[in-house]
Amino acid sequence: MTLNISRAHVDAILAQSRAEYPDEACGVILGPIGKDHAVRLKPMINAAHSPTFYEFDPKDLLALYREIDDLDEEIVVIYHSHTETEAYPSRTDIAYAGEPGAHYVLVSTREEIAPATEFRSYRIIDGIVTEEVVSISE
Amino acid sequence: MTTAIEVRIPTILRPYTKEQKVVAASGETLSAVIADLDVQYPGISERLLENGALRRFINLYVNDEDVRFLGGLDAPVKNGDSITILPAVAGG
Repeated sequence: MTLNISRAHVDAILAQSRAEYPDEACGVILGPIGKDHAVRLKPMINAAHSPTFYEFDPKDLLALYREIDDLDEEIVVIYHSHTETEAYPSRTDIAYAGEPGAHYVLVSTREEIAPATEFRSYRIIDGIVTEEVVSISE
Repeated sequence: MTTAIEVRIPTILRPYTKEQKVVAASGETLSAVIADLDVQYPGISERLLENGALRRFINLYVNDEDVRFLGGLDAPVKNGDSITILPAVAGG
């Protein structure tokens, strides 16, 4: 399994994660329904404003779904950053994973590897985490 | 008099509704509508409720209003209303 993503999107996600440190950053990449093609990056507000938790405000979430409905898009990528731990889904991430078709991208901005960062992607389906290859196109 | 409510089903719950994205249900409160959904699509209420209360990981809206502000399970629902179910996007 592979996540195909552009260099521009990877850089934007890493920049957002560094900018929002020490809070977790989050967002989505949207694309046309059924194509598994990550086209439109949409950073989202972390309504929890926390270094250990993120959530989309329920109002923002509804607005997002209305928007993608209008545009015949689906959520291709859901990303968020881990500020102190590695870029691997936590038990909370797994428990909350409600979009079985999405690629779950984790970024780590933890101090011990700074200025390097980790960028990894996973499928989370029925509680099972499967890491996938990240293929970055220039 | 039976009420006709439109319920929009998220991808993760469509296995219960035979892949239908929008279904019809009836009831005068959110609680009654969920019970009716469970009669039509057995097992679905267990994904929405835990110990008789709405699960944390699921957001429900009546006509685009979060039910948390409408009385939760007691939120009144009437003919022609639209309920949207969306799994929370969250993690740690």
